[in-house]
Amino acid sequence: MEDTGTTVVGERVRRPDAPDKVKGTALYIDDLALSGSLWGAVLRSPHAHARITRLDVARARTIPGVRAVLTARDIPGRNLIPMIQSDWPVLAAEFVRHVGEAVALVAAESRDLAAEALRTIAVEYERLPALLDMEEALRAGEVMAHWKVRRGDVQSALGRGDLVVVEGTYRTPYQEHAYIEPNGMIGVPDGRGGVIVYGSMQCPFYVQKAVASALGCDLARARVVQTVTGGGFGGKEDAPSAPGAQVALLAHATGRPVRLILSREEDMAVMSKRHPGRVRMRTAATRDGELVAVEVDYLLDGGAYATLSPVVLFRGTVHACGPYRIPNARVESRVVRTHKVPCGAFRGFGEPQVVFACESQMDRLAERLGMDPLMLRLKNALGEGDETITGHKLTSSVGFRDVLDRVAASSDWSRKRAEYARDAGPVRRGIGLAACYYGVGLGALGKHLNPAGASLVVAGDGSVTVAVGTTEIGQGMITVLSQIAAEALGCPVELVHVVEPDTSRVPDSGPTVASRTTVMSGNAIRDAAAKIRAAMEPVIADSGLSWREAVALCAQKQVGLAAHGWAVPPAITFDLETGQGEAYMYYTFSANVVEVEVDTETGETRALAVHSGHDTGKVINPTTGEGQVEGGVVQGLGYALVEEHALKDGRILNDQFSTYIIPTPLDVPEIRPILVEHPYAWGPYGAKGLGETPVIAVAPAVTAAIHHAAGIRLDEIPATPERVWAALQAKNAGPTASRP
Amino acid sequence: MNDRSNRRGGLLEKARIRLRVNGEEREVLAPVHHTLLEVLREELGLPGTKHGCELGECGTCTVLVGGQPVLSCLTLPVECEGREVTTVEGLAAGGALHPLQQAFAELGSAQCGYCIPGFLLSAAALLRERPSPTRQEIAEATAGNLCRCTGYLKILEAIELAAARMRSRMENASD
Repeated sequence: MEDTGTTVVGERVRRPDAPDKVKGTALYIDDLALSGSLWGAVLRSPHAHARITRLDVARARTIPGVRAVLTARDIPGRNLIPMIQSDWPVLAAEFVRHVGEAVALVAAESRDLAAEALRTIAVEYERLPALLDMEEALRAGEVMAHWKVRRGDVQSALGRGDLVVVEGTYRTPYQEHAYIEPNGMIGVPDGRGGVIVYGSMQCPFYVQKAVASALGCDLARARVVQTVTGGGFGGKEDAPSAPGAQVALLAHATGRPVRLILSREEDMAVMSKRHPGRVRMRTAATRDGELVAVEVDYLLDGGAYATLSPVVLFRGTVHACGPYRIPNARVESRVVRTHKVPCGAFRGFGEPQVVFACESQMDRLAERLGMDPLMLRLKNALGEGDETITGHKLTSSVGFRDVLDRVAASSDWSRKRAEYARDAGPVRRGIGLAACYYGVGLGALGKHLNPAGASLVVAGDGSVTVAVGTTEIGQGMITVLSQIAAEALGCPVELVHVVEPDTSRVPDSGPTVASRTTVMSGNAIRDAAAKIRAAMEPVIADSGLSWREAVALCAQKQVGLAAHGWAVPPAITFDLETGQGEAYMYYTFSANVVEVEVDTETGETRALAVHSGHDTGKVINPTTGEGQVEGGVVQGLGYALVEEHALKDGRILNDQFSTYIIPTPLDVPEIRPILVEHPYAWGPYGAKGLGETPVIAVAPAVTAAIHHAAGIRLDEIPATPERVWAALQAKNAGPTASRP
Repeated sequence: MNDRSNRRGGLLEKARIRLRVNGEEREVLAPVHHTLLEVLREELGLPGTKHGCELGECGTCTVLVGGQPVLSCLTLPVECEGREVTTVEGLAAGGALHPLQQAFAELGSAQCGYCIPGFLLSAAALLRERPSPTRQEIAEATAGNLCRCTGYLKILEAIELAAARMRSRMENASD
């Protein structure tokens, strides 16, 4: 056996989880324990802000077949979900702070009985004034977190007088994750005071902390196992801690297995969303297009509880000015508390809002300068040796210029830019560009959660069990980690079996977020594999044995082939007062060219093509990589064109798929995923990660293309026909209505 | 079967329903208001059909009744009596994957996989009627099925690949 370099990494290995999924035999949480378990249900607040003046569950408890009715008083442990600010109750005690907040829990022998028990709980509220607008919340001082970046001297730069300055205020809506599998959990009492929780989730260790805290038990008695999960996108990062703790309380109280599966409307009403955002931005450049200063005021609506909002805001803050060389930058960002559903993690994590603003500014600036938007980006693009706005000097793996060149070539940018501009008639084509960069991993604020573990056990027949603490949520983790394990061990990939994540198998490995899984779990696997190889080498020497023969020989010589691996990333330093330092370990770079067609009579916009480029480092599996890009781009098109929530008195009005619209097979344009591989030395085989960038810089490329097609600037998304049409009317009404 | 829902004194009326599911005659006792989706999953032990919204909006629960795609969350079992019901569990013939299942697995069309049973059945119904569908016809036939992971392209490509293989198989068979 010899080290063959990358024989498996980089190949289109088929997903090991695909056969089960196409046969319909993959068991998701709602497919488990269909008989014998109790049905859990949650009584939820109808008000955005109220005091609970009466909560009487006595009658509900007497219904035959109802096994538990729990309120805040019945929680044996702590009634706060552990998370950054730990302000989020498992069950509301005295006040409810958003529509849908959990007030009481029931467990009953049937779904119908559980529903009847909910109706029988007597609850009265004294309604209180609700803070529903983020600007109003800001004026009221309801700030959950405040970050800043200070680089150079923005005030002096803006006062120079010889610069071209563009300015805008941009608004972005709520976005629903719209995973097709609603959230769900099953709690099973472990017979020793703890509960095993199975469920749909991204972050078993978050749920574990929530369960142990609510039960008041040891973490080791709060075992959490992820089941096959039907999509996440961040929506199953922080939010599942609530149903996880709730189902554990019910299982603990009844001594029976309990299932808590959310309906679609319930899931849309109460689970997390992408934060609505408002960004004010001033961008200044010399007349030949060199960026000199950027000033950003970034505001997010956090909803009622902090969940992960402070770190979502942090990511947006440090990436606010885009992947460009900017000597003077000042970013001021805040997330405010309102009486609405708590917002949380969503693919892109605070970047899509601010990137919409930043890239719209770049398009505006290019227009003012009379410069090609691609040339403006190329002129200012970060390269090796350059510093980000946080003063992070990038020494390697900066593939941004390559990405720009590749999307330009793929789209035939210059030719189409000229050709589409000549379109006459009511339906006009346009082509636009936007870019972003993305600090991979948990960064300066989350670095305590950064390490990840892996456990590798080689069985006598040569098959390998791989356990990690990160999760498969459709992104392809099982496939990619199987390839890394096979590569590192030198064994056939078919013999690698990545098992379901279980908190009892590996130490806390942090969350499955921030495009960190390939690198963190991948490196943990490589660490474990190196230990196993070290145990094998003296036995097999250079005997030319196959993997199975080598494993058999080790068994004969009584050499154990199992190891734990642990990955700890290189240290970073950051100063929160100045916003200077290494915000993240390293960055991926992305650019999209979007082609659209705008019907200027109806305002309808159709995406024709998206050329989506990403410097992700080494691509472990091109098929899963393309899947991430195509899925992310379409999610980004939804954000750009159709998706938004309407609220009244803090209640989400469109809580189902007929009213919250996501793209369908009929809405998909041609998509060309372009993966550019600038290797990252610390990443496994040079990989960097890919999950997030595909969604981030889609919307501003769409609105830039709409501008190119129809001459209108949209500072607010989604670009619905109504919004486009209104902008066209305003433009036609007179030159003053058309902004520079 | 689980009759616990009846414990509180017969408020829930149950009916005896005969269904032909995946080629097999099945008889179940189920609450009259339970949908085909619930009966398939809870009474017949066929969890391959998924619930995504139970409002007829996401297509995840699509099954075939008499060869036509229907949303099982909006269908009452009594409507299906005497007609053949096909779920994802019935697609594979004697252990061999249906060409659609094979193509979906090969091209990486199943990511989280939750919407896939519904897509497979919508596509199976299409290919039975139109063995050589255009990309547009495939998109129209699956327009009622939502997916959030894939961006749909690998799904549309897999349906095209399966259609091509099924055509060549039929041509070979008729040679």
